[in-house]
Amino acid sequence: MAVSHLECRECKAQYPLEALYVCEQCFGPLEVAYDREDGHRDLGELRRRIQGGPQNIWRYADFLPLAGGPPGPSGRLASRVGLPAGCTPLIRADRLAKRLGLREVWVKNDAANPTHSFKDRVVSVAVTRARELGFETIACDSTGILANSVAAHGAALGLESFVFIPADLEEQKVLATGIYGATVVGVEGNYDDVNRLCTELCAERDWAFVNINLRPYYAEGSKTLAFEIAEQLGWELPDRCVVPVASGSLFTKIAKGFDEWRALGLLEGELPRMNGAQAEGCSPVASAFAEGHDVCRPVKPSTIAKSLAIGNPADGPYALDLARRTGGSVDAVSDEEIRAGIALLAETTGVFTETAGGVTTAVLAKLAERGDIDPDERVVLVITGEGLKTLDAVRGTFETHTIAPTVEAFQDGVPQTVAV
Amino acid sequence: MSVVVKIPTQLRAAAGGEAEMEVEGATVQEVLDDLFERCGELRTRISDEDGALRRFVNVYVAGEDIRFLEGLATPVNDGSELTILPAVAGG
Repeated sequence: MAVSHLECRECKAQYPLEALYVCEQCFGPLEVAYDREDGHRDLGELRRRIQGGPQNIWRYADFLPLAGGPPGPSGRLASRVGLPAGCTPLIRADRLAKRLGLREVWVKNDAANPTHSFKDRVVSVAVTRARELGFETIACDSTGILANSVAAHGAALGLESFVFIPADLEEQKVLATGIYGATVVGVEGNYDDVNRLCTELCAERDWAFVNINLRPYYAEGSKTLAFEIAEQLGWELPDRCVVPVASGSLFTKIAKGFDEWRALGLLEGELPRMNGAQAEGCSPVASAFAEGHDVCRPVKPSTIAKSLAIGNPADGPYALDLARRTGGSVDAVSDEEIRAGIALLAETTGVFTETAGGVTTAVLAKLAERGDIDPDERVVLVITGEGLKTLDAVRGTFETHTIAPTVEAFQDGVPQTVAV
Repeated sequence: MSVVVKIPTQLRAAAGGEAEMEVEGATVQEVLDDLFERCGELRTRISDEDGALRRFVNVYVAGEDIRFLEGLATPVNDGSELTILPAVAGG
């Protein structure tokens, strides 16, 4: 699939493969288009080519929007350039499944990326494309998680980086960004204010804002999650995916990844049911889904799930269409349910996730409880980030025991369910 | 009521290359109508057939999204700034 041009999702106007993101005719978002070679490739050869690739997202370079193929002097060296992302574990979560009354649940643990979130996938693609286009400075607006990744990739590749975040972000996310030498700008306001500022700045600076003017390339990086899930399931599709929704980009691009491989014949069967997960305190997509609307009414976010706190989701209409088209849904859960979701995942799988993963796990629990999931379904839960980034969310949710260093103190002071 | 409209880069060619234009109006609707009078090409770029804003167009008055105010009926003060931007979010 050779990359061909940029195309407006709304009016199909075509543009060259440059740092462009919005259609001049209708303001619709631009997306990367490829020359498709559906159905007439040697599938065995294609699978071997993927399997023989590097242990990171560049094994899927044939499906990514890079003019020069994977970065590095050769495909073999690609895995050593920059901060390679991807090839994260897909864990069979039998204890979680049992707790929820389901048969088969898998956890895609994308916290196992270089900066501990799926953002390393999209940033790898955006930054590689930015270098191809000759940019020397990278930037982003972020709810924090993307900021970590942009700062780290800038450091790894020797690019200057500017990250713009809401000024009231969790300290862990700010510290895990500034340490890489990025210029960190805390903006007074919420994410949507930061986004508006950066959309204006993007026109004034010759920088690669990974999620603005490089957005068409950036968003394509999320497809690698779908490719990996399918490859790790033995070139099979799951029946259902539960995915967090902020802007709606990840949600829709996972489906796009599955669709591209279905079109090639690499995967057989229907697109999985796609379930989006939002926090009640910022649920413009879930509200529009519940009310039967095609577009989202923006909201002012108020939730502990700050990584999903986008009140004005640009890909909302596409996320709604996808959920409806696949027989899925977009659901919202309360802050209390989010905390319970973080604990449920940790206790049953050993995976500690940030608040977005709490949202996703809580929505899975809600779907199971509601009876939406057939017990025979194979479900994939997409966990996008690491729990150490949002420690405040779990503070005070369990008890620790402080004792004197004696056997007696331990015996008297700590409840023990297992007999000695 | 004189209002400064900030034109996004994607629309500047249709606005004679200007980054800002001073137009008249007491509401967002009136400001946009006056803008369209001056630069006819902008109308179809920003509005759909029914006269509503296209769904990927965001309009801000003094930094606030008009969907949190009164939409196209949002009043504007003399000297206020109206910003037109493409909707793009996620990070």
